[in-house]
Amino acid sequence: MLSVARQGARMPDEARIEVVEDRCQGHSRCVAIAPDLFDCDELGNVVLLGDGRVSPEALERARLAVLNCPERALVLREGGGA
Amino acid sequence: MSRSPVEDWTTDFDHTDPRWTADPYTLWSELRRTCPIAHTDRFQDGVWLPTRYADVRAIAYDTETFSSRRVVIRDRKIEPPHPAPPITSDPPDHKRLRLPLLPPFSLRSVAKLEPFTRAACEELVNALADGETCDGAQQYAQHVPVRVMCHLLGVPASDGERFRHWITEALQEGIHDMPRALRALQAINAYFREKVEACPGGTDDLIGYLLAVEPEGRKLDRDDIVAILRLLMIAGIDTTWSAIGSCLWHLATHVDDRRTLAAAFRDGDTRAVDTAIEELLRAYAPVAMAREVVRDTELGGCPMKAGSMVLLSFPAANRDPEVFPDPDVVRLDRAENPHVAFGLGIHRCLGSNLARMELRTALDVWLARIPEFELVPGEPVTWSEGTVRGPRRLPLRLLGGG
Repeated sequence: MLSVARQGARMPDEARIEVVEDRCQGHSRCVAIAPDLFDCDELGNVVLLGDGRVSPEALERARLAVLNCPERALVLREGGGA
Repeated sequence: MSRSPVEDWTTDFDHTDPRWTADPYTLWSELRRTCPIAHTDRFQDGVWLPTRYADVRAIAYDTETFSSRRVVIRDRKIEPPHPAPPITSDPPDHKRLRLPLLPPFSLRSVAKLEPFTRAACEELVNALADGETCDGAQQYAQHVPVRVMCHLLGVPASDGERFRHWITEALQEGIHDMPRALRALQAINAYFREKVEACPGGTDDLIGYLLAVEPEGRKLDRDDIVAILRLLMIAGIDTTWSAIGSCLWHLATHVDDRRTLAAAFRDGDTRAVDTAIEELLRAYAPVAMAREVVRDTELGGCPMKAGSMVLLSFPAANRDPEVFPDPDVVRLDRAENPHVAFGLGIHRCLGSNLARMELRTALDVWLARIPEFELVPGEPVTWSEGTVRGPRRLPLRLLGGG
């Protein structure tokens, strides 16, 4: 698939955001901090916008979203490959 | 009721003691250093008080050991417990009753309530702004959530006075006076039972919604609906009233923060406003909950027997220096702030989006019209007693310039 191929090519220094299964309780802190990366459904659960890749411009917002989540439901993997 | 003053806060704490009411932060800070899980036998079966973020977290997540069947600490336990689902529910029942309540309090649903909230705040503030003094708690803060809750529930705003009376009886006076607490809970039940019976169904308020919704394929029964409405009323008014009042108190006493926040609102700097609001929520989180230990356990070297209670103080966790450097200093630009003002885990405050919207709107409208104000010298500020903290008398002098 195209996206996989592109991912493969850019992986080494690309940051990715992940949601830890079942931890989100709908505080919506991430949505307020980085509305370009996160949304939530009507039950409050976080929804990633896009495929989880974080552009360099969005990296600082992604870091803040992780640090402010009281449930520690977000993980940011910065660079270094898979 | 007169109680002996606390001498040893580590073994005999009392969250209704005047010293706690006046300044709990100093007490928590001292306890965190000397005895991070304090205890008292002043309430039936004993109560533990963790003041560290990590311990509060561990308890909130361990729902099998720490049950929500009782969430208020009283001199004598009410038997049987008075369920107010889903806040008093444990897994697995919890989910069925909580899920249908989430959509009406989602970010998007709450955003639709903002114009109503703004108009209500403007009406309230316009009635005050030309005076020389006012009471920020009595004449402003308390009316905001009452108006919004009445609007949401589809009941007249004039019923707000009764709500406030019942809430004080249930949560404050009712700590030491169980008959009074029970009377208030029954009065609220009777009020909502009548509203539910009278609801024709199909209305677009919350009562109509609860009558129609079918979680897991079956409708909610009437007793559950009444209990849910009682919970929403109790949880939605006192708490937000306290948060708005505490913020006004802070802004009245911290001129730099007042001007910084007013400027952020004026400039439409959403990021700065959000960061500031979260910091105020951290520092002045109004709500502590309780849990009941339902199986013997040990935490931090403290043996906790089944039947004992835990005062789960999210406000104390928010002042833990391990997580928040200089925790007693309000820094409106605190960027790293995983505060737990709305709790943690499956009982995350259902109304957190609503509370934030009300708090933000109430402060925005107030600061736009009354940018300069201070405490009235010599007139005392009084604070609520118990597990919801906020000013109940907040005499303010309005300095003009608006």
